[in-house]
Amino acid sequence: MVKKMLRGSRAIAEAVALCRPGVICAYPITPQTIIVEDLANIVADGELKAEYINAESEHSAASIILGATLTGVRSFTATCSQGLILMSEVLFNAAGMRVPIVLVNANRSLSAPLNIWCDHQDSISIRDSGVIQLYAENNQEAADLIFLAYRVAEDPRVMLPAMVNVDGFYLPHAYEAVEIPSQEEVDAFLPPFQPKYKLDPQNPLTFGMYCEPDKYTETRFMLQKAMEKAITVIQESAHLFEKVFARPCFGLMEEYRTDDADTIFLGMGSMVSVIKEVVDELREKGERVGVLKLICYRPFPKEQIYEALKGAKNIIIIEKAISLGSFGALLLEVRSLFYNRPQRPKINGFIAGLGGRDITTETINKAWQLSQKQTYDAYFLDLREDVELEGVEYEEIIKRG
Amino acid sequence: MIKVKEIRIHGRAGQGAITTAHLIALAAFEEGKEALAFPHFGAERMGAPMNAFVRISTQPIRIRSRILNPDYVLVLDPTLLQEIEDASEAKEEGFFLQRFFDVAKGLKPDGTIIINSPLSPSQIKLSTQAKIITVPASHIAKEILGRADRANTAILGAFAVTGEISLEALKKAAKIRFPGPLGEKNAEAMQRAYDIVKGKD
Repeated sequence: MVKKMLRGSRAIAEAVALCRPGVICAYPITPQTIIVEDLANIVADGELKAEYINAESEHSAASIILGATLTGVRSFTATCSQGLILMSEVLFNAAGMRVPIVLVNANRSLSAPLNIWCDHQDSISIRDSGVIQLYAENNQEAADLIFLAYRVAEDPRVMLPAMVNVDGFYLPHAYEAVEIPSQEEVDAFLPPFQPKYKLDPQNPLTFGMYCEPDKYTETRFMLQKAMEKAITVIQESAHLFEKVFARPCFGLMEEYRTDDADTIFLGMGSMVSVIKEVVDELREKGERVGVLKLICYRPFPKEQIYEALKGAKNIIIIEKAISLGSFGALLLEVRSLFYNRPQRPKINGFIAGLGGRDITTETINKAWQLSQKQTYDAYFLDLREDVELEGVEYEEIIKRG
Repeated sequence: MIKVKEIRIHGRAGQGAITTAHLIALAAFEEGKEALAFPHFGAERMGAPMNAFVRISTQPIRIRSRILNPDYVLVLDPTLLQEIEDASEAKEEGFFLQRFFDVAKGLKPDGTIIINSPLSPSQIKLSTQAKIITVPASHIAKEILGRADRANTAILGAFAVTGEISLEALKKAAKIRFPGPLGEKNAEAMQRAYDIVKGKD
């Protein structure tokens, strides 16, 4: 274990290299590109023996690592935004074929308008694909989740793709100190990839074949069961991680100062650091607040989330994405958890940090203050007052201002 | 309240502002402190004004948003001062401004701004109560590194005068980032700038 001052992209690349992938294939897209550039350097420097392939699109990149993984070779790709959307056709297939590909998504907004900065609309938009989704708060967690992702994805009880989400620019472009484990430690945590079924000319098999109505429903049922099983496997793997690497691994979620909290914030990714800062400030003022950091968004650990939140009177969900015409995806799911349950807290939904707009302590404090008065469903925080909001009533703008 | 020191670097894409931020973070790390360094830019193109940011603390750093009220500002390119007059429209954008065209914007009154300029601080026109330090970083870079557009390490030598990070740690960071003669040369540029600014004090 060595602690190093690294650019996030390099920390992620070193973590990937320690997992010994045989094939790396990607197509560049900001802010992901520096991750695969750093991996290309590691391969070119001879530090990792892997085939590095430049694909002509993200669709091809995902297809190539799908094929490589099917032959029994651990593989890696990274993308974001439009690239992830282009990949999504392949990702649904990878899940259906039960191919445990691992990718990093450097969360970025979706066009139009063209914007290269961070929000979660890209990954949230493929939430129903059957891909495991994990979200990192900082670069240490980003590196750690790479090891976890491979181990969980390749577990025979799971066999599903896994995607590690890192907030674009906030993580890959930031230099911070990260502990990088040794090869021996990673090998002790992550066994070699030995799938039960693979593409082999000596023993021909076909994957993702034609399936009539008499069997298709069962394939979806099995996917659902595998996703549910992944919750247990993530918990087990996080436990093993702590044993092997001798430092904390939160697995599904992290509960920060939630024990006696009346109000619990809920968020994913780098915004949680800012929320923790606000939680500490409010605690100093005597307010009983905490934050639940959701790491594992898919599968959705519903029982664990309910247990973590049930003691609160007020829940404040901050999301970097919205299901347009509806609410934030997290709000919908968390509210549904509390239906037909004895505890019925206020559950607020706030949208913030879209397209790279910083979530600051002021943003979080605003959500806290607003939630004291009433309950919000999909309230946009930090909305500009000087922009013409076509179709929005003037009174509405003033109200939000 | 844990004290976090905030540094904002102004440069043009290609002048090494991100490297400057990295070197400060690396030096802080070498001194046993916590640091977070990160850039902010638009669709990348050489010469466009951009920012890099550094936070230093004795505790883990949790704020990742851009720095609005820095303790220190480092200006790598003197022509960025001219941009202030050209960007009155941008100035009005306030909080939502993509990049900080006004180098002194939000700088704490008890802060320090270090500018790459052959002029004396009294000749610099800036609306700030903060301390102004000037250093002929481009001249130093031209002389020692052979390139005037590599003024960032000389700026860091001047930054060491503030005592926030030691000159030794910054030199060590330069040698880690640039192994071999290049690291030595950059450490030399740091030392030269440090001596010049120290001599003025």
